Amino acid sequence: MGGNSPCASCKLLRRRCAKDCIFAPYFPSDDPHRFAIVHKVFGASNVSKMLQELPIHQRADAVNSLVYEANARVRDPVYGCVGAISYLQNQVAQLQMQLAVAQAEILCIQVQQEPMILPSQPPQPAATATGIMDEKSGFGGLLHNNVLPAQYLNFASSSNVTTTHVDSLKRESFLGHDMVS
Amino acid sequence: MAVHGSRCAACKYLRRRCPQDCIFSPHFPSSNPQRFAYVHRIYGASNVGKMLERIALLKLDGFENDQRVPEFERSHVADSLHFEAKCRIEDPVYGCVGFISRLEHQIHSIESEIAMTRALMMMYESSLNRQKGGPSEH
Repeated sequence: MGGNSPCASCKLLRRRCAKDCIFAPYFPSDDPHRFAIVHKVFGASNVSKMLQELPIHQRADAVNSLVYEANARVRDPVYGCVGAISYLQNQVAQLQMQLAVAQAEILCIQVQQEPMILPSQPPQPAATATGIMDEKSGFGGLLHNNVLPAQYLNFASSSNVTTTHVDSLKRESFLGHDMVS
Repeated sequence: MAVHGSRCAACKYLRRRCPQDCIFSPHFPSSNPQRFAYVHRIYGASNVGKMLERIALLKLDGFENDQRVPEFERSHVADSLHFEAKCRIEDPVYGCVGFISRLEHQIHSIESEIAMTRALMMMYESSLNRQKGGPSEH
């Protein structure tokens, strides 16, 4: 941002927007809500520290994910993103069951078509049906068996599930509410 | 009453007296100092305290309709903040949003596999019906 046009952060913080302002590339002045939300949840100084610790080419993604988390916390002040994670994990579990049922039905049909051929081993679910929760989440042991700690499973969110804008993944909100951008 | 050995993890970290009504104390016991260290690093003590105390603190137009967080919900607030802080420390770029993104990819992948499986099922059923019915008469 130029010296005459402070970014949204510096406007909110009521300070001069320096040429090398760390917030300016990611919080343009035409979207004041974006920084306001992040500032409310994380605090400007914490966000600044986080960005300073990252290489420049990763900062945009970091800011987008911080905005997402802040929005999630506004929508669901008790569970934040954890509510969305819990919902999605339940959805994965339900879909795995549907897949297992569908694969079992195919096996039945195959047996009907070739009754003389007996299966040599029990039917095995597809890799994706069992492998999902075994994938390394990248959190280095953060989660036991790559799922949320037990107290988060089946917790009803106190508010609506959020949508994601990360990596251009767009989904309709589950309960008809759009995430504030 | 401040006794040096009975401060919660938050008050120890912040080097202050731990009052009897300390909002952090039920959720950040002294036995787990890292828990508070994580949330402090990402959110700061003041923000954590506000989020434990108030639901509507994030209404940007003020606190007129502010509500206190019920006591039984505060542990969920603390737990979710700790989880998200830990995710952010482990993955400074995406935090727990990376996990959400991977879950959504997985959902999409399983849905595709279900669709393929059902299409295959229809083919098998069609083939089975043809075998049973024989060639149709003209």
